[in-house]
Amino acid sequence: MILDARIPAGPIEDKWTTWLDAHKLVGPRNRPKHTVIVVGTGLAGASCAATLSAQGFKVKSFCFQDSPRRAHSIAAQGGINAAKDYAHEGDSIRRLFVDTIKGGDFRSREANVYRLAELSANIIDQAVAQGVPFAREYGGQLATRSFGGVLVQRTFYARGQTGQQLLLGAYSALQHQVNAGGVTVYNRHEMLDVVLVDGEARGIIARNLVTGEIERHVADVVVLASGGYSNVFYLSTNAMNSNVTAAWKATRRGALFANPCFTQIHPTCIPQSGEYQSKLTLMSESLRNDGRVWVPRKPGDDRLAADIPEEERYYFLEERYPAFGNLVPRDIASRAAKIVCDDGLGVGGTGRGVYLDFRDAIEEQGHDAIQRKYQNLFEMYQRITGDDPYVTPMMIYPAPHYTMGGLWVDYELQTTIPNLFAIGEANFSDHGANRLGASALMQALADGYFVAPHTVMHKIATNPNPGIDTTHEAFDAAEADVRGQIDRLMAVQGTKAPQAIHREMGQIMLDKCGMLRTRESLTEAIDQIRDIRKSFWEDVRVDGKTDELNPSLEYAGRLVDFIDLAEVMCEDALRREESCGGHFRGEHETEDGEALRDDENFAVATAWAFDERAGDDGRFTPHDEQLAFEEIALATRSYK
Amino acid sequence: MNFQLEIWRQDVREDPGHFETHHVEGIDPDASFLEMLDVLNERLIAKGARTVAFDSDCREGICGTCALTINGMPHGPNQVTTCQTYMRDFEDGSTIYVEPFRANPFPVVRDLAVDRSAFDRIIQAGGYVSVTTGPQPEPNAAPVTPETQQRAMDASICIGCGACVAACPNGAAMLFTGAKLTHLNILPQGQPERAERTRNMVHQMDEEGFGGCTNYGECSRVCPQDISIDVIGMLYREYRSAVRQKPNPHAPKMVAQ
Repeated sequence: MILDARIPAGPIEDKWTTWLDAHKLVGPRNRPKHTVIVVGTGLAGASCAATLSAQGFKVKSFCFQDSPRRAHSIAAQGGINAAKDYAHEGDSIRRLFVDTIKGGDFRSREANVYRLAELSANIIDQAVAQGVPFAREYGGQLATRSFGGVLVQRTFYARGQTGQQLLLGAYSALQHQVNAGGVTVYNRHEMLDVVLVDGEARGIIARNLVTGEIERHVADVVVLASGGYSNVFYLSTNAMNSNVTAAWKATRRGALFANPCFTQIHPTCIPQSGEYQSKLTLMSESLRNDGRVWVPRKPGDDRLAADIPEEERYYFLEERYPAFGNLVPRDIASRAAKIVCDDGLGVGGTGRGVYLDFRDAIEEQGHDAIQRKYQNLFEMYQRITGDDPYVTPMMIYPAPHYTMGGLWVDYELQTTIPNLFAIGEANFSDHGANRLGASALMQALADGYFVAPHTVMHKIATNPNPGIDTTHEAFDAAEADVRGQIDRLMAVQGTKAPQAIHREMGQIMLDKCGMLRTRESLTEAIDQIRDIRKSFWEDVRVDGKTDELNPSLEYAGRLVDFIDLAEVMCEDALRREESCGGHFRGEHETEDGEALRDDENFAVATAWAFDERAGDDGRFTPHDEQLAFEEIALATRSYK
Repeated sequence: MNFQLEIWRQDVREDPGHFETHHVEGIDPDASFLEMLDVLNERLIAKGARTVAFDSDCREGICGTCALTINGMPHGPNQVTTCQTYMRDFEDGSTIYVEPFRANPFPVVRDLAVDRSAFDRIIQAGGYVSVTTGPQPEPNAAPVTPETQQRAMDASICIGCGACVAACPNGAAMLFTGAKLTHLNILPQGQPERAERTRNMVHQMDEEGFGGCTNYGECSRVCPQDISIDVIGMLYREYRSAVRQKPNPHAPKMVAQ
């Protein structure tokens, strides 16, 4: 298969405007005759659904939560990047573009990233117009701060609740459109399959999670904005119900899944404490602006942090990376923390923790200044751990967070299934092998407000609707598949809760496909995941009935897809014989322990096709998209 | 740690529901309340019994999904969300009552999960600035003092969990609605629709069957985001002034000429 990204010709600065100038419109009177399904109501989904509705299209918006306002974008803390140069440091679209490409370790697509940088400023304007209360300076102007991997202050923020405020902005835009009659929201609905007619996406099968009813929904275009898959690790910073099902069902129907092995391990999370812990809590990366990361120099030093004198503290980020210090990108900071803990320098009960210390910042700037900046984060930390970060340093450890991989999309954000679009974290396109902080919100909103509404309109304008409805035989077949899986899950009646099986698989993924992967660990993991699949279908027990709210049925269905995804993640990590960004292969490192890329062979995005008929060993086939670096020469990343 | 749980069981909305006793043993003091319920459910599954349905998602106190009434208090004893409540906060060996958020406009879906879509409908009535996507003014052209921004932020961080309603003897949703009104009505962007927004949201609140405020103050006391009861005062002031103004409903838009 040839993966054609369909990037417009011409200079990179003009590609998007060229595309916009040439794209086809649907006449305003005709727009209400067309329906778009948008799955997911996070930043990408809500903004896309609201914008399409405002253009005049009919939109059906789906979320599994009890309200669109609960999407996990709400948990993003630190901020959103934009090239507005309010701090007058010489920031520009090009600089944001360069930082993002470099931060992604040269594994993202230039044209998409440039467009992202170009649209970033509009997002701030849009959000402010909606009433998002971004932080302000004393003169009433917008405030900015800096984030990891960047030397300018381009991050806009609303305390430590930027994601929440942006999501409430997008959610309120969505509710505005509900009131205007253009959007119907289907909450507590889960998409369980995408329906293809003549090879094109024409609808979805969804389960009403309250009544168990299997519903058919037809549309002109289907947009997936279903988020990331970090819960494959079981313990992650994602919400409990975040899952890969929508994207994976699309993969099973022929959409390619790109770069699954690119997962981000976020450096500043609260360390794990107990066996039955269900999730890990992220502390905003912005804390690294003022917090200094250190461990004791001596292994096994169990003195209180305050009793360890200055010269016996190892500020490993500042020492190893003097230029960026505590603000190195996430992949670098995470791995550095893992290395010092592997060397026995870790702190806390499990030895899997490093200090994030605000002592110096409090001394220099005063208690009040620090409180103003981080109050809610400090409170949250104290609530969870019982420690007061104003007095004792925080303890942090890396945890699975954002997933850069996702459905392969072209420049128009269309997957390899015609008529099926993927936006936000659900696609793979903008972050390469590592995402810079405050860029996830930017991408989700750029896709949702400013890209997908145009590309979807173009698609509708150029793709005549064959006028099908939900009685089409493709819906019969897809619904039968969905019912078949539900019946199969209910029939097993083993003894294990899906959550218990998930926990086992998560441990394998974390150990063998986490911050450090090797040929050996990945090969083992693939075998073990296959065993898990087998034991799942023998041991799982789903209680209750199919025609009611049944959380264990929902969980089991999502786990089926996570198991498949886990396998392809390992396959992808095994095939990529290099280290880059969040993907660190033990066999490929430089003499001083930094990641060693292989641009000769792996300056590619690998998109995997799924073939159920191929049997366990050959179910996934890789296809490479060669990435061209014409604007920015391939270079080794250095944050030293 | 060991606990006796008295858990509300209710299969469907129409059922009367009842308490059911469960014993959980060997619980880690650092487990959250929801993780304790996860453990209970895993054990129920192994025994072939029926699990307890409850809502939760982010488990870090921000999404507002989790909603349990624990020992009579919405979200439990600590003025934090249920997901941020830890077993170390309870006495070993004690009996804990677990119920759904109770309010007429929040019907039970199953066991401990309730339907809070009435909140969405209040927002649909006007909890937004009516802008559509497109070129917008330069934000610095409309300065906002940090004080105003702080005040807007203090209100806008409402997570819509509904604890305020469940705690109120009248089942009032005024803390929720007041928070949204305060957020938008004090910002420059919110001015053009100020009166209309206020009228519509308050009317929708009544329409959904929420009660009125009689100053019990329980809403603010259980609010995990610490939303001040001041927002209810704001709601009253805004509403008084809004109803004196002549309603000026949006003219229906023409789709094409």
